[in-house]
Amino acid sequence: MAQTNSGGQGTNGVADESPNMIVYRKMEEVIARMQEEKNGIPIRTVKSFLTKIPSVFSGSDIVQWMIKNLDIEDQVEALHLGTLMAAHGYFFPISDHVLTLKDDGTFYRFQTPYFWPSNCWEPENTDYAVYLCKRTMQNKARLELADYEAESLARLQRAFARKWEFIFMQAEAQAKVDKKRDKIERKILDSQERAFWDVHRPVPGCVNTTEVDIKKSSRMKNPHKTRKSVYGLQNDIRTHSPTHTPAPEAKQPTEEELQEQITFWQLQLDRHRLKMSKVAESLLGYTEQYVEYDPFLTPPDPSNPWISDDTTLWELEASKEPGQQRVKRWAFGIDEVLKDPVGREQFLKFLESEFSSENLRFWLAVQELKKRPIREVPARVQEIWQEFLAPGAPSAINVDSKSYAKTTQNVKDPGRYAFEDAQEHIYKPRRRRVRTCSEGSCFQGKPLASKRLTSRLSSC
Amino acid sequence: MRSPPIPEMATQEVQLNETLAHLKTESDNLKSKLEEERAKLHDVELHQVAEKVEGLGQFVMKTRRTLKGHGNKVLCMDWCKDKRRIVSSSQDGKVIVWDAFTTNKEHAVTMPCTWVMACAYAPSGCAVACGGLDNKCSVYPLSLDKNENLAAKKKSVAMHTNYLSACSFTNSDMQILTSSGDGTCALWDVESGQLLQSFHGHAADVLCLDLAPSETGNTFVSGGCDKKANVWDMRSGQCIQSFETHESDINSVRYYPSGDAFASGSDDATCRLYDLRADREVAIYSKESIIFGVSSVDFSLSGRLLFGGYNDYTINVWDVLKGTRVSILFGHENRVSTLRVSPDGTAFCTGSWDHTLRIWA
Repeated sequence: MAQTNSGGQGTNGVADESPNMIVYRKMEEVIARMQEEKNGIPIRTVKSFLTKIPSVFSGSDIVQWMIKNLDIEDQVEALHLGTLMAAHGYFFPISDHVLTLKDDGTFYRFQTPYFWPSNCWEPENTDYAVYLCKRTMQNKARLELADYEAESLARLQRAFARKWEFIFMQAEAQAKVDKKRDKIERKILDSQERAFWDVHRPVPGCVNTTEVDIKKSSRMKNPHKTRKSVYGLQNDIRTHSPTHTPAPEAKQPTEEELQEQITFWQLQLDRHRLKMSKVAESLLGYTEQYVEYDPFLTPPDPSNPWISDDTTLWELEASKEPGQQRVKRWAFGIDEVLKDPVGREQFLKFLESEFSSENLRFWLAVQELKKRPIREVPARVQEIWQEFLAPGAPSAINVDSKSYAKTTQNVKDPGRYAFEDAQEHIYKPRRRRVRTCSEGSCFQGKPLASKRLTSRLSSC
Repeated sequence: MRSPPIPEMATQEVQLNETLAHLKTESDNLKSKLEEERAKLHDVELHQVAEKVEGLGQFVMKTRRTLKGHGNKVLCMDWCKDKRRIVSSSQDGKVIVWDAFTTNKEHAVTMPCTWVMACAYAPSGCAVACGGLDNKCSVYPLSLDKNENLAAKKKSVAMHTNYLSACSFTNSDMQILTSSGDGTCALWDVESGQLLQSFHGHAADVLCLDLAPSETGNTFVSGGCDKKANVWDMRSGQCIQSFETHESDINSVRYYPSGDAFASGSDDATCRLYDLRADREVAIYSKESIIFGVSSVDFSLSGRLLFGGYNDYTINVWDVLKGTRVSILFGHENRVSTLRVSPDGTAFCTGSWDHTLRIWA
């Protein structure tokens, strides 16, 4: 739904929360609602053959809840968002390392807040080594290492060969602590710990949702918040983000900066504003005018090359013979004529034959000047001056005395904008509808339409 | 801890603080007054006026081409004016030029740094510009000779003091506009590398920019981590309009095709439309179920559709006038990082952290 915001709050520094945290908070709000007693997802203990499966709910439960409680239209969307939440580790399938949401009887469990990504975990490889090592010490089928985990363990053993004794001891200590826990509690905690590692050391081929956009990463390296070690070990050496040093505190503005701000606000206040109703009509009018040219709204003729694999459309556009629809577009305004190389060429020809073309040629020359390398500018300025503005110029244009005086000055110290005032006088962009000049060779014999376009080019 | 100030200095310091406080109050008051003035002309909502417009039908938009070849996240892409070629850049340090229609790779350059965050096609189609963590923007002329080493002809144009976030040629191969993590934008002469104009005003990293579409235009818009979208005069370097309604980083800005408005996409999971004549935000495109940030936005040719690439791997298609979502497109397997509509509007291209690019129509 479209709504407008009544004026944002200003900050004079970097965003308060890093972008990832904003998403985590939103997901956590959804999780909180899912966990509500009354309207949340029903969590239960399932009695299976010889065991109990504590604290679970099914994939279908999640999908149904999402469709009912969130602004979600269908199952596909629900599965997509749910899979993302699982991939971030907020709930997980209890029997699978791959974190996706399935709309069936697969059992899921909530992650404990301790392991939530919003706690800024950056677990070390030493922690992962302790974890995998611990798993091999416990004689439970459900804790057996998957192939990729066994490979990781082997790699880590090689990498940490020197400290392996220490890692082994840590693993033993952890395993001891775990053994002391209540059986049901253990099941839950083991699964949550495993889900944590599924997020931070995902199955090969799965998306690692902890990857960050390097441009934003510096704001997340908050030393007070970042938890580096899961099992209380010494950290590896942290590398600094290559994009930033830690963000400095927002500086207090200086007197000069405040003066600049004040001037800016005053200028803004003096600006002429249009009413929303007028602006809305203009936006509607523009899209209505161009809808027939928008390939997403009106299938192009003969076909969209990307869909049909047929490039005829592009070949037609490259030809010098413009079709009726294309010519019609030129009448929308001078911008359209100038944008289309064939239009520009035709218009220039027409002006040269029926009217004088100095104004348009001057305007085009000045546009071209602005596109040249800076080295060529002084010479080009002289050439344009001689051709169009100097006394006795072969293609003299009519410019008001004020602009002429200004331009004379500018030419003495020539820059890319030497002719800006003169150019503005020749052409002020407007975008009103113009009666189209219809079929046939573009501007011939249609004096009314072409006169309107020409008048756009003469001084106001 | 400083030593206690000498009485004379103390008085001066107090005076300065008073002046600063006074100026700050004046600035804040003016800003509030501006918000009031802007609000006064808000007599109707865009979507209300758009009620009389016919609704859009069902869309069938599919992936028509998949471009595989990058070895890591695709970060940026741009179209060639010929409507079928594109340039893309990646975290793997490679910049690839493709004929997207045939999916053939035509050129590849390996940059000396990884994370090539920005790339652009020259209007002539004869060169590409790119840069990223190297803090520079470099131009590579494209050779017809496939065996020629493109890297040898590289020309360093822009130099910033932090990462390059975006770059764009102006209407010519001779000038490049850049934005940077150093908080500035800059206009450069390609041939000499000379800085023609710099643009100061953002309070944090500038993440994106877009040039006004007019043949006569001399303005561009930029968006940054300070949540601001600024409109600049290229000639004077001045900020001529500023908008601050997003709640987080603005990752992408794009002009509405008429040049009278522009859209923005942000980490706050919304896209917004700002009109330059009304001087305010005129629409928000958001949904409760969309919680991941928008990385990039672009309009269809008529401006009726707004395409948004999101960090939740999807593309949401919005009806610009009515404010509703008309379609959600799945396909990418990781974040969509970049999105651009082709020059003739027949398709749009997305690049993703899943290492691929897709053409949709």
